[in-house]
Amino acid sequence: MSFEGVFAQLAAAVAALVLGPLLTGWVNQWRAWLQNRSAPPLLQPFRTLHKLFWKESVMAHEASPLYRLAPYVVFSCMLLASMIIPTLSTNLPLAPAADAIALVGLFALARLFISLAAMDVGTAFGTLGARREMLVGFLAEPAFLMVLFTASLITNSTSLATIVASLSHRSLAIVPSLAFAGVAFTMVSLAENARVPVDNPATHLELTMIHEALLLEYSGRHLALLEWAASLKLFAYSCAGLAIFFPWGVAQANDRTALLFSLPVLVAKLAAGGIGLAVIETILAKMRIFRVPEFLATAFLLGVLALLVHLLLGA
Amino acid sequence: MDALLVLLAVPLAGGLSLWILGERDSAPEINAAFSFTTFAAAAWLTEDVVSTGPVSGFYEQFFVDPLNVFLVALTAFVGLTTSLFSRPYMRTERDKGRMTPARLRLYHSMYQLFMFTMLLALTTNNMGILWVAMEAATLTTVLLVSVYRTAASLEAAWKYFILCGVGIAQALFGTILLYFAAERVLGPQGDALLWTHLDIVKHQLEPAIMSLAFVFLLVGYGTKVGLVPLHNWLPDAHAEGPTPISAVLSGLLLNVALYSVIRCKVLAEGALDSRFAGNMMMGFGLLSTVAAAFFLSRQRDIKRMFAYSSIEHMGLTTFAFGMGGPIANFAGLLHMTVHSLVKSAIFFAVGHAAQKAGTQVMEDIRGLLRVSPRVGWGLMIGTLAILGMPPFGVFASEFLILTTAMREHAWATPLLLLALGVAFAAIFSRVQPMVFGETTLRPLPYQPALVPVFVHLGLGLMLGLYIPPYLAAWYQQAARLLG
Amino acid sequence: MTPIHVQLVNLFAAGMLLLSFAMLSQRRILALIHLYALQGLALTASTVAVAWATGQHHLYWSAAINFTLKVIVLPWILHRLIRRLSVKWDVETLINIPSMMLVGIVLVVFAFNLALPISEFSRSIARSTLGIALACVLLSFLMMITRSKAVPQVIGFLSMENGLFFAATSATYGMPMVVELGIALDVLVGMVILGVFLFQIREQFDSLDIHHLEKLKED
Repeated sequence: MSFEGVFAQLAAAVAALVLGPLLTGWVNQWRAWLQNRSAPPLLQPFRTLHKLFWKESVMAHEASPLYRLAPYVVFSCMLLASMIIPTLSTNLPLAPAADAIALVGLFALARLFISLAAMDVGTAFGTLGARREMLVGFLAEPAFLMVLFTASLITNSTSLATIVASLSHRSLAIVPSLAFAGVAFTMVSLAENARVPVDNPATHLELTMIHEALLLEYSGRHLALLEWAASLKLFAYSCAGLAIFFPWGVAQANDRTALLFSLPVLVAKLAAGGIGLAVIETILAKMRIFRVPEFLATAFLLGVLALLVHLLLGA
Repeated sequence: MDALLVLLAVPLAGGLSLWILGERDSAPEINAAFSFTTFAAAAWLTEDVVSTGPVSGFYEQFFVDPLNVFLVALTAFVGLTTSLFSRPYMRTERDKGRMTPARLRLYHSMYQLFMFTMLLALTTNNMGILWVAMEAATLTTVLLVSVYRTAASLEAAWKYFILCGVGIAQALFGTILLYFAAERVLGPQGDALLWTHLDIVKHQLEPAIMSLAFVFLLVGYGTKVGLVPLHNWLPDAHAEGPTPISAVLSGLLLNVALYSVIRCKVLAEGALDSRFAGNMMMGFGLLSTVAAAFFLSRQRDIKRMFAYSSIEHMGLTTFAFGMGGPIANFAGLLHMTVHSLVKSAIFFAVGHAAQKAGTQVMEDIRGLLRVSPRVGWGLMIGTLAILGMPPFGVFASEFLILTTAMREHAWATPLLLLALGVAFAAIFSRVQPMVFGETTLRPLPYQPALVPVFVHLGLGLMLGLYIPPYLAAWYQQAARLLG
Repeated sequence: MTPIHVQLVNLFAAGMLLLSFAMLSQRRILALIHLYALQGLALTASTVAVAWATGQHHLYWSAAINFTLKVIVLPWILHRLIRRLSVKWDVETLINIPSMMLVGIVLVVFAFNLALPISEFSRSIARSTLGIALACVLLSFLMMITRSKAVPQVIGFLSMENGLFFAATSATYGMPMVVELGIALDVLVGMVILGVFLFQIREQFDSLDIHHLEKLKED
């Protein structure tokens, strides 16, 4: 529990809280520019959050304590997830708990609570959203696990900090298994974060919603927390991807000066990733919901292939 | 050497020239002439090998020893008699409108090319070229199976193409593994696939690779032999094509495929030092015999029934070669010969009978003895011969196989007897009403070619009663080569 | 740090496996033909990589034959065939695509298991790719049996031959030239015959659906 460690941990938490909505705003700006529209300002998500926190939270009479609890649980899960992924430094006090499987477990917990809360009030669209969310999650989780397992097999550990440390020290080589895993990971994060081609985050048509349907009943501070949690989730997935596939620049243990540089490097990598995400969203069209299992099955397949190729070729 | 060259060049030249000349009226006679020349070359080659020993040619790419020379002679002989049979048969088909001059051209040229590919497969020393020739043999006959352009024949040809193609692909993998094993011992030149060289070093080949290679080769070439459960294409392909094609497919191609399997088995047994290869062959052979006998009893189409009978006999031969040892190998070789002769004779007779009746369904063919005694007797005697009645050759070989089985693998004997019995009952009960009884059939426009039928049956009879000493010695030599 | 040519061969091998899976899940015939051409290209590239690394000149020739046949001639024949047969459907498969992917993965694991003891015997630099070659063969086999139209079955068949050729290159340094020429000739003749045959089928049934070819059953 060194001072650097605690400091790095807190810095990671603050960075997540700040950079999360900023990333969402960045992606929205680029989507608008690529679609030839004028873009909202970069800080728009912060304004939205501010507005929502000041509004009154209206709930249905039949809402159970679960309904009130869910936003807090989801927000904490996402914040915790962002904290255990080595975004700025691998020297984290929470590192012993920062297992790849624990990460997947955190996301699953959040998904569970939000789905239950959506079904809690008993509206049709809430249930619809919950079932679709479970469908996507059911197929995306194994795929995500396969990607993480590939990385673990290559580095002989499931601890995220160790993965990042050893991957950043590998020499440059063509590694087909990581290439397959990368494509699989992109597909999974598109699905989990409710992006095109799986779900349109800007849709207003209830029948096509997946993620939005879960939030339909919430208002005020609860909605603010859930929106923040969604942007934290995007941040967490991006950082996980960057940590596995582009791990250079993350400060290693006992390296004080590197901590100063890790923040700008992270911002730069996230910016590039955000542009990439906006391009993908603009190029692809949203799929029919019946095609989503095939999309995710392909992601799972690529993940397993990455694993098998690594086992067979050692590459 | 020269005999070998003529043997291969003549059918190839025949195929090409019949493609150019084929729409003439005299095409059947030209076809028969080429087949006769091929047979003459085969006889010359046989005499060479019998008197001076194995012949090898073209930088050892070809090799003819007592094992394959008798198959070469048999192939050329049956090719000749089938071409004689096909003369009036195809003329009748043309008059009925089922064959156009363009299709006849395709038929005749592919017939000669098919002969070429089979002879190439039999005489080559290179296991890779063996594969190429087997695949080419399939390709030349695919279009012939579908030549009548009916729905059933197209389906049969499609199944034939795809299933045999997949099977042959397995055999290619087996050949690659064989090359892999051979390269470690013989070095990476083209010589590593020569059977003669492999035979010398077979004990040094790596057992793990060889066992896997043999499995793939058995499955691959076994598909072409018609071993159950890979036999699906056979009844359709043999039943839907024109009768001369059914005769050569049943009588000749199955033999060539089995020959490929036994060449591989010799190598595998040498490398593995265990009974693995032989046991696998016995297993497949037994399964084929029993399954085919039961499938047989449910058939309504006469050519399909006899196609299943071919599967049964090929299963029996595979079983014999799987058992191994001098007597079983001798019996296997004898069985291959007599089965070829008798089955093609049956198909000739069946072809004429079906032409008379206009159908292949057995219930609709009756009273052959009344309208054409020779076709009727040919069919009857042929059926009795193939069912293993003494004194025909099939009885002799089946007897030898059964007694060897009783001595060495007694558990298989009841199954074999059961299969043979079921087949006997099924075939005989179907053929007997076809031959005897009243009928309204009319004679055929062209004189049916029944000389081939009786020549084949006569040879079958002779081989059953008395095998000439030089022939027996020949078979024994071949049997010894098989280990 | 593994040498660059081994990395390249591994890369192309992984590419071939990916392409086999892509063909398994692809619905459009035109895309299937393009994927097949790409697979031929990956095969040629890996043969060239092995040839360059080991200095075996006959492999250059065999790569050239491969390229001409599989990347240029065969896709061109297939293009012409589907244009003349007016075949451009989206094909539905017999079992749905996610299940087929799962079966495909099982086959890949099986193939890797089967090939592992054998690849230890190989002296070739590409020995670890024997498992991938066998997996490609099994996947094309799966593709053949789960498709209900004629042209995808044929493409599966051709892709199987690609896998076999890759197996030959990875276990040994390719087969002797004369054998390879023979195989190439067989494939070409097979395609020509197939073209003729497909026309006959279409003429008879007015369709190339394989279900029309299932009437001959045991009775």
